[in-house]
Amino acid sequence: MATEVQVRTLTCAQALNEALKQEMRRDPAIYVAGEDVARYGGIFGVTAGLLEEFGEERVRDTPITESAIIGSAVGAAATGLRPVVELMFVDFIGVALDQLFNQAAKMRYMFGGKARLPLVLRTQCGGGMSAAAQHSQCLEAWFMHVPGLKVAVPSTPYDAKGLLVTAIRDDNPVVFIEHKMLYGVEGNVPEEPYAIPFGQADIKREGADVTVVATMLMVHKALAAAEQLSADGISVEVIDPRTLTPLDEDTIVESVRKTHRLVIVHEEVKRAGSGAEIAAVVAERALDYLDAPVQRVAAPFTPVPFSPPLEQRFIPDVPDIVKAVKAVVAA
Amino acid sequence: MAVDREKLLGMYTTMVTIRQFEGRVAELFATGKIPGFVHLYIGEEAVATGVCAHLRRDDFITSTHRGHGHLIAKGGDPRLMMAELFGKRTGYCKGKGGSMHIADVELGILGANGIVGGGPPIAAGAALSARYRGTDQVVACFFGDGAANQGTFHEAANLAAIWKLPVVFVCENNHYGISLHQGKHMAVADVADRARAYDMPGVAVDGMDVMAVYEAAGEAVKRARAGDGPSLIECKTYRFRGHFEGDPEVYRSRDEVAEWQKRDPIATFRARLLEMQVLTEDKVRAIDEAARARIDEAVSFAEGSPLPEFEELFEDVYA
Ligand SMILES: Cc1ncc(C[n+]2csc(CCOP(=O)(O)OP(=O)(O)O)c2C)c(N)n1
Ligand SMILES: [Mg+2]
Repeated sequence: MATEVQVRTLTCAQALNEALKQEMRRDPAIYVAGEDVARYGGIFGVTAGLLEEFGEERVRDTPITESAIIGSAVGAAATGLRPVVELMFVDFIGVALDQLFNQAAKMRYMFGGKARLPLVLRTQCGGGMSAAAQHSQCLEAWFMHVPGLKVAVPSTPYDAKGLLVTAIRDDNPVVFIEHKMLYGVEGNVPEEPYAIPFGQADIKREGADVTVVATMLMVHKALAAAEQLSADGISVEVIDPRTLTPLDEDTIVESVRKTHRLVIVHEEVKRAGSGAEIAAVVAERALDYLDAPVQRVAAPFTPVPFSPPLEQRFIPDVPDIVKAVKAVVAA
Repeated sequence: MAVDREKLLGMYTTMVTIRQFEGRVAELFATGKIPGFVHLYIGEEAVATGVCAHLRRDDFITSTHRGHGHLIAKGGDPRLMMAELFGKRTGYCKGKGGSMHIADVELGILGANGIVGGGPPIAAGAALSARYRGTDQVVACFFGDGAANQGTFHEAANLAAIWKLPVVFVCENNHYGISLHQGKHMAVADVADRARAYDMPGVAVDGMDVMAVYEAAGEAVKRARAGDGPSLIECKTYRFRGHFEGDPEVYRSRDEVAEWQKRDPIATFRARLLEMQVLTEDKVRAIDEAARARIDEAVSFAEGSPLPEFEELFEDVYA
């Protein structure tokens, strides 16, 4: 009998949920903790059903104490557990930053390699819900700037599951950032567990004329822009780094050597965003190949506004990407 | 405690205004006219009302994500509030803040807050400033039972205690932080007990009884104004609606909600005022109608106001 490859469609939220369940079944050292993750199943539903299957010992509702949520994960990870803790909105990292960047990120190094910190901090970012300045930010660059942390930024359900599996199996602290507007996005996800290695960008669309590097929600907008541009005869290659630390420099640099043009798209503010690092890498490794100045499409350097028309303009959109691609092609 | 009729009527009117404002916000949110997250204060009106009844215009408050009631009780303008909730440029924050960030600095309202526990240190700072500038202003700091577990509350309480700052910490214990019941998020039954750790007075009162809140707040405000330092008042209350609009409320039973609704702070206060003959049925109707007219006007103002222009996005990032 021929084995059928089962193709299923899941949302990002369901894919993440499946990764959590499968990993928890595999390894009893994994526990989940965070605000409203147990009984409520997470405010975006990512941890739904975990409490019922794994019980209160392994699925813990915490008080609203982000510093203790992350700090306790550090202590547990250093002593043999594999915590997967949730920070409800990435914006709240401010309340707990010390435990992440001075404790989790540096402990192994400071101890001369004598500690392992297999912890995952799952969190959620992005605009699009009129949630205003303290519930809408994209802060990937903050985490990228800290040696000792890994940073995953999935854009599809397939990547979300495979990257979360890798994050959980990794022996380092991983900041795993989910975009709130992607939870409902659907895609094919194999049922059996699989791990997507960190530091491997994915070429979401091949093209010859311009390289567009985009992350999370912007991957989808870049793909829509590429589709529009193909009608104008411009062939766009869309690259999703999938993890920002480690960063797959080679895939980006190779693509630029082929297309000679680079546009970087992210929802973070432009100033010192992750795109600044990517542009610098290309400047260091492929400057001679560039036929046009690098363009960054990113949010303006302001807090995220509440009012919908302002927020819509704040978040980079398909026309902004089309315009930037046309500009580098014309240059 | 003898309280004059005007004060009592004023408090009743404030509570009715908050209730009606919130009821209208719920409707407008459901029809999509108000975007974002809204956290309603219905059921908790006695707390903001009883506390703010002691505050002067030049006193300060720090508020929370559930802040509409605090604003109205401190004298906020429902028109500017509603316009802000609609994201209009005529709103309190020019449409940049929305429900979770409404502020009126001229009225001493140092902002609602999207960060649970964001307010207490700011309250301590405003209180420091009041002493520093040689005024007798006081600061009321509203925060939830959930926020009472944040380090920021404890740090601010300690600071206020050692520097004898004029802060009244008001814990609105509605027994839940989103889905988590107080019994699962703290080991003590009374948040008020935590005052002892900072050597300040701490009392737990019935937060469904505006007079009980009023009485406790009177003491605390007096103490703060006299330069004798901070206090903690815990008001036991309950939110009648979900954590935010759209909350499936899987974590509590209808019976539990119904039990608390029997102690509706407005209904009980009304009954008491009718009995005291401070209110009459006619007056009750008149207050309801006047509040409704005010909210109607606020909604028309918001609906008729323009949205912000794109260029305004860049304003007010820096002074
Ligand atoms: C630092 C931080 N953590 C988590 C949240 C998400 N959140 C918003 S309101 C809330 C519950 C707050 O509970 P409580 O302080 O009791 O106030 P209530 O909502 O009951 O009025 C939570 C967890 C937040 N906004 N900020
Ligand atoms: Mg509460």
